[in-house]
Amino acid sequence: MFKNYLKITLAVMRRRKFFTFISLFGISITLTILIVLTAFYEHMFAGKYPEVYRDRSLFSTMIEETDTSTGGMRRGPMSIYFIKKYISTLKTPEKVGFSSSPNTVNTYGNGKKLKLYYKYTDANFWEILSFEFLEGKPITQQHFDNNEAVAVINDETRDDYFGKGVSATGKTIEINGQNLRVIGVVRGSPITRMMVSADVYMPYHLQKVDPLTTSFNGAYQPIILAKNERDLPLVQAEFNEVVPRIPLQQDGDFKPHVLNAKLELYFESFMMSGPFGGSGNGEAQRRFYIFATLFALFFMSLPAINLVNINVSRILERSSEIGIRKAFGASSKTLVYQFVLENILLTLMGGALALIIAAVFLWWFNASHFIDYADLAINWTVVIVTIALSLVFGLMSGVFPAWRMSKLPIVEALRA
Amino acid sequence: MIHLKNIEKVYRTDTVETLALHNISLDIAKGEFLSIMGPSGCGKSTLLNIMGLLDEPSAGVVNIENETITGFSDKKLSRFRNRKIGFIFQSYHLINDLPVLDNVELPLLYRDVSGAERRRLATEALEKVGLSNRMKHYPSQLSGGQKQRVAIARAIVGRPDLILADEPTGNLDSAMGNEIMEILEQLNRNDRTTIVMVTHDEGMARRTHRLVRLFDGSLVSSNSFYND
Repeated sequence: MFKNYLKITLAVMRRRKFFTFISLFGISITLTILIVLTAFYEHMFAGKYPEVYRDRSLFSTMIEETDTSTGGMRRGPMSIYFIKKYISTLKTPEKVGFSSSPNTVNTYGNGKKLKLYYKYTDANFWEILSFEFLEGKPITQQHFDNNEAVAVINDETRDDYFGKGVSATGKTIEINGQNLRVIGVVRGSPITRMMVSADVYMPYHLQKVDPLTTSFNGAYQPIILAKNERDLPLVQAEFNEVVPRIPLQQDGDFKPHVLNAKLELYFESFMMSGPFGGSGNGEAQRRFYIFATLFALFFMSLPAINLVNINVSRILERSSEIGIRKAFGASSKTLVYQFVLENILLTLMGGALALIIAAVFLWWFNASHFIDYADLAINWTVVIVTIALSLVFGLMSGVFPAWRMSKLPIVEALRA
Repeated sequence: MIHLKNIEKVYRTDTVETLALHNISLDIAKGEFLSIMGPSGCGKSTLLNIMGLLDEPSAGVVNIENETITGFSDKKLSRFRNRKIGFIFQSYHLINDLPVLDNVELPLLYRDVSGAERRRLATEALEKVGLSNRMKHYPSQLSGGQKQRVAIARAIVGRPDLILADEPTGNLDSAMGNEIMEILEQLNRNDRTTIVMVTHDEGMARRTHRLVRLFDGSLVSSNSFYND
């Protein structure tokens, strides 16, 4: 039966080439945009190089202290002191690392001025993340113990600073007036992976401001690696038990009464202060999924309505076939099934076309260097989302015309 | 086989009421070959459509194979048509986008029959009407007579007890018409298939067992040709 429907779908498509073109054009352009947005979402939030363990990692971008008597509030990234005292001491995680928020510095290398992003990290940062070392090795505890002035740079910085293809390990790079010995070169990662991306990585002891200030606020973000995904709630629960017991710090007139700090999944911590920010526990992600679903439905509704119109106008054209099928035993339900299936086949073809168009666009985008190291791709998630969108599109635009077609009285259908 | 009792059919619009069939009662025996004649617009096709359950009467009772057709759901009605009745139309009503074999298979699509079995039965039906060499052709590649033979193959592929033919030779020249009539006669004779045929051709009608005439929606005569 399916083969028969497929044959008739292809035949109708061949017979009405202009209609097919208009339909496929509308479907594929709509789906291309949604596919590209899905690929961007994947690029931003899926566990990708070098954060391949993002699924079992927790993050915290903010610590918030509130003085309820004056309404004053202090909010910002954490200090190393806070991370080391209250997060690194947690028992449930496998490992805790941290790095500073990225900063920029101008430097000169290979006869040109370079603007570089740099980060300070601890040693665990390199054990949690899966950087690919093109040469050399990562920063280790030994470098901290020996108070060494070292740096890990990415391949683009190596090429710009030392010259393309020149080995950088053992050479010196000047950052913020400090001469640092390059101990490793990693494959770079896109700036959209803010927790980990930089051109130059240095051990935190090289920070000019005392990195071990005892204030809670600082410039660092922890990455907490759980033993497995199932342990994530355990780690969160342990930290949530610790927070109320943390003695609050008075700073002049600012006397905080409430300390708010949470360990969240990447999306939650990223969206904490955004429009989807919620009370944590996956709420931001849920809100985003609801928004994304509504957006996709709304975005598809206009071309779907257009396709509904085209399909309804085809009723007359196919009325003879409807009459024949009914006369020979097709029930209305069977006809609805047939026409919806035909429409879904059309939208799936549109989806396949959209995947090709999106793949070409993403290839161009990655090559354009709008975002250095961008690795937007059509992966299985994107393919599955495309199939789901095509099915929804097919149903949205197919059910009503199919229902109308199936209700056509046989005698009228045969007479038309 | 078919019992029609006091069948009325009225077409209503906001302002006009047209009586298409008036008080028709008719019994058709199993294995009978019956023809219906009458001037255009007298209700022949309407009567055939009611017998084929393609249309509902405004009043009266339709009974086919001892089953009174009232209050049937869409699904039950479709199933009944699929199992019991085959249709042949004047304008063939083939699906032009499908090759001959797929057209003939159509009634079997709505039964629990495997693809291979469908193909076997459709091929067999096409052989019966002498078109086994045209299975992969499309309807547009066939002559009128060939199209009607495909339509007959489609009507018989599900081995229905009843075939309803609405002017099956109406669009054909006399030679082709004669060929189609011979096939119908063979089906009736060899398979004991009950056939009801609407026709304008007195000669064709005289080759059937019985001729009923309609005039202005009423049954005006019934002549038997069993003894001819």
